[in-house]
Amino acid sequence: MNRPLAIEMCGVVKSYKGIRVLDGIELAVKSGSVFALLGPNGAGKTTLVRILATLSTADAGSVRVAGLDVVRNRRQVRQLVSLTGQFAAVDEPLTGDENLRMVGRLAGLSSTEASTRASQLLGEFDLVDAGARRVSTYSGGMRRKLDLAASLVVQPSVLFLDEPTTGLDPRSRQQMYAVVRALVAEGVTVFLTTQYLEEADQLADQIALIDAGRIVAQGAPAELKSRVADQVLSLTMRSAGALADAVAVLGSRASPMPGLCVEVATDGSARDVRALLDTVDPGGLGLEAFTIRSATLDDVFLALTGRASAPALEEALHV
Amino acid sequence: MSEETLIAPIGVLAFRHASVLAGRCARISSRNLDAVIMSVMLPVMLLLMFVYLFGGALNTGGRYLTYVIPGVLLLCAGFGAATTAVTVSQDMTSGIMDRLRSMNVSAPAFLSGHVAASVARNAMATVCVSAVAVAIGFRTSSGAAQLLLAIGVLAAYVVAISWLAAAAGLLAKTPESANGFTFLFMFLPYASSAFVPISTMPTWMQGFARNQPVTPLVETMRGLLVGTPVGNAPVRGALWCVGLLIVSVAGSGVLFRRRTR
Ligand SMILES: Nc1ncnc2c1ncn2[C@@H]1O[C@H](COP(=O)(O)OP(=O)(O)OP(=O)(O)O)[C@@H](O)[C@H]1O
Ligand SMILES: [Mg+2]
Repeated sequence: MNRPLAIEMCGVVKSYKGIRVLDGIELAVKSGSVFALLGPNGAGKTTLVRILATLSTADAGSVRVAGLDVVRNRRQVRQLVSLTGQFAAVDEPLTGDENLRMVGRLAGLSSTEASTRASQLLGEFDLVDAGARRVSTYSGGMRRKLDLAASLVVQPSVLFLDEPTTGLDPRSRQQMYAVVRALVAEGVTVFLTTQYLEEADQLADQIALIDAGRIVAQGAPAELKSRVADQVLSLTMRSAGALADAVAVLGSRASPMPGLCVEVATDGSARDVRALLDTVDPGGLGLEAFTIRSATLDDVFLALTGRASAPALEEALHV
Repeated sequence: MSEETLIAPIGVLAFRHASVLAGRCARISSRNLDAVIMSVMLPVMLLLMFVYLFGGALNTGGRYLTYVIPGVLLLCAGFGAATTAVTVSQDMTSGIMDRLRSMNVSAPAFLSGHVAASVARNAMATVCVSAVAVAIGFRTSSGAAQLLLAIGVLAAYVVAISWLAAAAGLLAKTPESANGFTFLFMFLPYASSAFVPISTMPTWMQGFARNQPVTPLVETMRGLLVGTPVGNAPVRGALWCVGLLIVSVAGSGVLFRRRTR
């Protein structure tokens, strides 16, 4: 069955002072799915989300959200979407409860309805005790949760989350994931940006990789992961000879590192790791040590595009 | 989303937004205790300063307290209204603007919320100044109708100048530079007939003093509170208020679109 598209972007271009920040973006997101936009700092994630949420306009190309053109039908689109931006959009001098009630009133709820909804959300987001305190006394994580709660006062049909877990501790991060899953179960389309492959993998049905304003890869997490492993086995060999042997036996899977190190992708299972260790060092003499780490955004870039992300390249060139 | 939001006409929606946002602004103002104290203390101190420090040296014919009251009230109104420039600018540079825009809050609704809060702040300051004025001996023989009219004149000035300040707040890049506009509002009453008769000013100043908004408003207020002749001052004052209002409302619409593009 073909589900209708919640988001469609065609040939979207956006420049700031002559610099192309978005350069021909093509995206399609199915209704009721979770879409993750993965990219390094400055890739254009926020710019893209703001265009989708009608807070900014593209210089060229067409953008449709919930079947409506974001420029021509801006008012209607705004009634259907909600955005939790990268920086909290809440009033610092007001309390959490007051913020939520204000949003409810602006959305057209009566003051009793707005109060009820505010207490409900404070409960859901673990902010009951903080509800009566001014936001200026909140921690960064609490502020983000309140901001998300404010975006959910009236349930949107498309929710945009710009780096929703940046600055959250592991527990709050899990809570955020649970919120996203619950919303999706109710039919909400969620579009989120992140710098973490693992997060995109946990939540998303589709992932797009953005770098320097272009989508460089797109697909289901499993698809992308078949091209990139999510774990990396990092091997330190005893000697240059052992290193050469290891690189030879791994072939194209090996990524040589500085020193006596070589890295190889793995799924992280005991069986795979044991097999790799046996392959590299059948005699048990050549290997000094090994570590397993999660693949970073740069590993993903390297695997999918054969090069580092733009900021990583810049860093490499300057350092 | 509720059914209501879908079918409510834009005007009704804007009115509701404006009233919610007026409450928001008033609440935020009241949380800033220093600012609240300042906004009441400063007008009262100005009144006392004019009456007791300058009053002795100035010869305006009759009691200086009586002469200066309308001017002090307008001066305070201008000062209080100018705060709007700062609060608007603060909002424009904070994340809350994204939330408001994505909830379809229109520029007029957003700005009238600020203006309404400004009127409330000024009402408070005016009550305090008036109470102190009565305490130090100000008396008026005007009837209720004239007092109400005087309040109306003051309110018209506050609304007009608050809108002007709101537009200034949209123009300013930062709250600090928006604060600079308050000086303009502070200065205007000094170069009017509020504190000294225009005839005592240097000639080059007289032209400006006679043809700026505060003078006809002061004359009108004085007429209503003290009973001095007003001539065509009420008409000129009203034209000034309406003119300022039209320019500011139209200008702020344009500025808002430019700032949020
Ligand atoms: N208003 C603006 N004026 C000028 N340049 C801008 C503006 N907004 C964004 N940019 C530029 O556009 C590029 C992309 O910015 P954007 O905020 O979309 O990146 P991002 O992917 O969200 O990065 P991050 O992960 O750091 O949030 C950056 O180079 C940024 O400097
Ligand atoms: Mg960003």
